[in-house]
Amino acid sequence: MITQETFMKDVFTSYLAEEMRRDEKVVVLDADLAKCIGTNKMWAEFPDRMFDVGVAEANMASIAAGLSAYGFKPVITSFAPFVTRRCADQIMISIAYAKQNVKIIGTDPGICAELNGGTHMPLEDIGMLRSIPNVTIYEPTDAVELARLMPQIMAKEGVVYVRLHRKNPTLVYSEDENRAFDLYKADVVREGKDVSIVASGIMVDTAVKASEALAEEGISCEVVCCHTIKPIDAETILRSVKKTNAVVTCENHNVMGGLRSAVCEVLCENYPAPVRSVGVKEQFGEVGKVPYLRKAFRLEEVDVIAAVKEVLAAKK
Amino acid sequence: MRTEELKAFAKNIRINIVNCIGSVGVGHVGGSLSIADLLAVLYGKQMNIDPKNPKMEGRDRLVCSKGHAGPAIYSVLAEKGYFDKALLSTMNKGGTNLPSHCDMNKTVGVDMTAGSLGQGLSCAVGLAIGSRLCKDGATIYAIIGDGESDEGQIWEAAMYAGSQKLENLIAFTDYNKLQLDNYVAEINDLSPLADKWASFNWDVIEVADGNDVEQIDEAVTQAKTVKGKPHMIILNTVKGKGISFVESAGVGSHSMPMPSDKVEQALRELRGE
Repeated sequence: MITQETFMKDVFTSYLAEEMRRDEKVVVLDADLAKCIGTNKMWAEFPDRMFDVGVAEANMASIAAGLSAYGFKPVITSFAPFVTRRCADQIMISIAYAKQNVKIIGTDPGICAELNGGTHMPLEDIGMLRSIPNVTIYEPTDAVELARLMPQIMAKEGVVYVRLHRKNPTLVYSEDENRAFDLYKADVVREGKDVSIVASGIMVDTAVKASEALAEEGISCEVVCCHTIKPIDAETILRSVKKTNAVVTCENHNVMGGLRSAVCEVLCENYPAPVRSVGVKEQFGEVGKVPYLRKAFRLEEVDVIAAVKEVLAAKK
Repeated sequence: MRTEELKAFAKNIRINIVNCIGSVGVGHVGGSLSIADLLAVLYGKQMNIDPKNPKMEGRDRLVCSKGHAGPAIYSVLAEKGYFDKALLSTMNKGGTNLPSHCDMNKTVGVDMTAGSLGQGLSCAVGLAIGSRLCKDGATIYAIIGDGESDEGQIWEAAMYAGSQKLENLIAFTDYNKLQLDNYVAEINDLSPLADKWASFNWDVIEVADGNDVEQIDEAVTQAKTVKGKPHMIILNTVKGKGISFVESAGVGSHSMPMPSDKVEQALRELRGE
């Protein structure tokens, strides 16, 4: 049962263990962070299919490619900056270019890296991976959505990057959510007519809360949860924007290369509309707890509200 | 194949390399020629493969981590009948299935994509672990360059393969002492290379003449008898081996022009004319 206390890393590891029981081709590779991600809990049950390669992410990525070439289904894990930035070329050549079937799990996206600070705070991972052909990029919104989408992620043949918050972000969905989650479909979590807020990750809940506050001022926001940044669900975004004619993007990532860029690419070629963005702007990460970091990088509810008002002014 | 047959096979591989690169007019001649004898031994004798069934389960596999030796790989595969030799003249031409660097999704018989140096040995480690999990008894071969050994990832792979005791992995260093910019020893000295690999818990065999099919064959046969460790066979080779003007080009042989008159000159020398 999923509650507000459920950690997303536990949703991930428990489904992964189920999948390993069902499918003996699934193998897991860690780079000395298994104890942080929780995959160490599976060591005893699957001693032959768990590989901790040590602090060597590049090696891990290419070994995974070799295992995939042998017919296995590798899952590689580490903190997001190390399993993307540190082995970008190995993901590009050994895995993606070679058309291998590898799942990449990167934890602690953006400001969720908190006390590990700037060196561990990935604000560019989506931008880097988005330019590699045929890589699916998924950022879970909450534990409910992740639990529903894990089977689709594991069943997908090819490269899927999961930008996983290890902890328990505020639930956007309840466990009895009657919604057919689809890895490749964005979800309208709140309907509205004045502005479309396209959000991902921890910013979805922020967008919903900002919308509630704006509703009291008579501003009607539609919140589109864009959990999969690549390939982006242009259809759902365009359907919303054709109704509202104004867009605010919200992401826990650099606005350059991430969700904002992906949304703007859709709009500029199909339906140009004014856009304002909430996200990290030309800054490196820094150490701190989430409330401080939200303030430092302007990722708070008030920032979403300000962006909505700004884009509404531009729309007029 | 017996020794004389292996020598003839290596000669044919060299002829194919010259024709292949000659059809484009330029290419990685030196590092392709230096591994021709190794490829003759592997594909002519040591590897469990079936060119008629290139995806045969449990087959031995080769990762040419120094992916720029693609022309050598294509030459041995064509000679073994994986595809028509006529294809060799399409290398590097638009739409070809024979790109300059090995691509497992384009070329029948290529077991792993490589080209960005340092990654192939890690891929071979993955293949070797895969074979061990499947208990299919396959041997995984990998060829790395001496210049390529500058890459840190080679040593990440080395440490993990040693730690995993991957006895089904046989790797070769094409130690021709030359890399693109200069002599290896001048750029980033690898010596003592055998000691390095031994210290990473590998079984190490040094072959005095890495262009002698008999010596290579003996080394591979011996490696297969050593259990509990991955194997590094250091082949002291000559870059450009077999064609005097390529050999004498030295550092310049990494990638060099091969116009039609040079092709003719090379083929005459290889045929002993």
